[in-house]
Amino acid sequence: MNIGNESIPQTAQSISTKKQDWVGIFFHILFVCSALVGVISLATIVWFLFSEGLPAFRQAGVIDLVFGNQWLPPALFGIFPMIVASLASTIGAVIIGVPIALLTAVFLAELAPQWLANIVRPAVELLAGIPSVVYGFFGLVIIVPAIEVIFNIPAGNTILAGIIVLAIMILPTVITISETSLRALPPVYKEGALALGASHIYSIFKVLIPAAKSGILTAIALGIARALGETMAIIMVMGNAPAMPGSILEPARTLTANIAMEMSYATGIHASALYATGIVLLVFIVILNAAILYINKKRAY
Amino acid sequence: MKKVIVLLAAIVLSPISFASSETTVTIAGSTSVSNVMEVLGETYQKKTGINVEVQGMGSSAGIVAARNGTTLLGMSSRELTIDELTDVDTTVIAHDGIAIVINKSNPVDNLTREEIKKIYRQEITNWKEVGGEDKPIIAVTRDVSSGTREEFEKILGLKRIVNDIEVSDISQRTLVGNGNGMVKTLVANNIYAIAYISLGSVDNGLLVKALSVDGTKATNEHVFSGDYKLARPFIVLYKRNIAQPALDFVNYIMSDEGQKIIQEQGYISIEQSHN
Repeated sequence: MNIGNESIPQTAQSISTKKQDWVGIFFHILFVCSALVGVISLATIVWFLFSEGLPAFRQAGVIDLVFGNQWLPPALFGIFPMIVASLASTIGAVIIGVPIALLTAVFLAELAPQWLANIVRPAVELLAGIPSVVYGFFGLVIIVPAIEVIFNIPAGNTILAGIIVLAIMILPTVITISETSLRALPPVYKEGALALGASHIYSIFKVLIPAAKSGILTAIALGIARALGETMAIIMVMGNAPAMPGSILEPARTLTANIAMEMSYATGIHASALYATGIVLLVFIVILNAAILYINKKRAY
Repeated sequence: MKKVIVLLAAIVLSPISFASSETTVTIAGSTSVSNVMEVLGETYQKKTGINVEVQGMGSSAGIVAARNGTTLLGMSSRELTIDELTDVDTTVIAHDGIAIVINKSNPVDNLTREEIKKIYRQEITNWKEVGGEDKPIIAVTRDVSSGTREEFEKILGLKRIVNDIEVSDISQRTLVGNGNGMVKTLVANNIYAIAYISLGSVDNGLLVKALSVDGTKATNEHVFSGDYKLARPFIVLYKRNIAQPALDFVNYIMSDEGQKIIQEQGYISIEQSHN
């Protein structure tokens, strides 16, 4: 986007020269190529996942694979416990993380005094740059023992530990995008609400947040995608037991953890089953994005 | 405008200028073996200037990597299957015990092989059943890629048949750690935990306590006298037409100097096990 902005004045300067057309065409092609990189990557990944994963679906059966309860390679390939673990940890992270993130975003955009915003905002941005293995280590030495003490259970490597780590990890994404969309609102919204006698807090909850809804939903969607896709931190804190978890105070293995732990050595149908795990993950992401698209579209009319 | 084009050109061309011709020996596999392999690699690098890159990712992963040529050498802490031996040669570089470890605050000192087996099948779930306190047992296992896990299951008979295929009989509810280091961290931080790790990485009980098995202490002496039954070889494997630098490194490991390093790191050298 930066290159685009810079090139505008130059285009205007020498609009009559013939050389300029050449430069214009060059950049036009450059933009198209850049845009295609993402699409081509996605297409390649999808094609690769399906070509590698379909043999497992064919051999084990879609129902046995997706709804099977036993993961015992190379005999049984049921990934249902991992689907449950992925969904439980992601939903939990959203329930804890999104309200905190949303309130932080409102605080930064509307309420925080300048000096405090100057501390909170860089801190949040720094949070986004911390590698996930560090989050995992933090979870392993702080959150896991804390859960053991608080809930009086023998092992704190549980879904709950994963939820807490993920909730922290999605904060920067949700906060940054929500804050940007709140700031992008035309000032008349707030001025109008205040002029009608609404209090500042009332105008935030009844006018500003509803008006910024599509941006906030996008933020939540990206947060969910981040939580669903997280691997390293989850492997370190969730215990990775492939059995069906009975509650969030039991260990579990997510879809991503399953792929990461076994992909390096798996061969034949086992490897294919791991790609099939990837397909299931992809389907979840597609459903999520489609839902957000649908909600945003519905609002527009 | 020119700047942008020059910049783009620089980005496109930069990998060429960074390409180097130095020889590097790549080796991947068992996280148990990579412990001592890193020390061997560093010493070899100081001596000869040849770079040795060691990556611990589990025995099975290392065997796959060496067989399909991703790395020059593979490390395994379990015997190779007949299938795996079709296109690679192996060299046993050392021997190692599998230590049963628990948290240092746990008073239990000894377990029988039968008790260990039952703990991993979750037929025994409380420490008082094996002479300890009335507290739950948290069993920790390795990922299926691990050679330590494979040998542990084979020695204790923790295998069962499902659909005519041999699979692990370790309970699905046990915690899984990928790598010796992570398993050790789990046990060091959890007072109820039990796990199995490479004997050479127990570090004299600094973080975790190694148990006696069937009344025999887990020491190197007992491993090569044959009294301590949980033992396995450390193997380096390579394709038959391997490059000379990699073969030189294997020869260095087998030399007196290399074997001495293996002893110093707490593993059993080939010479020791022959005496």
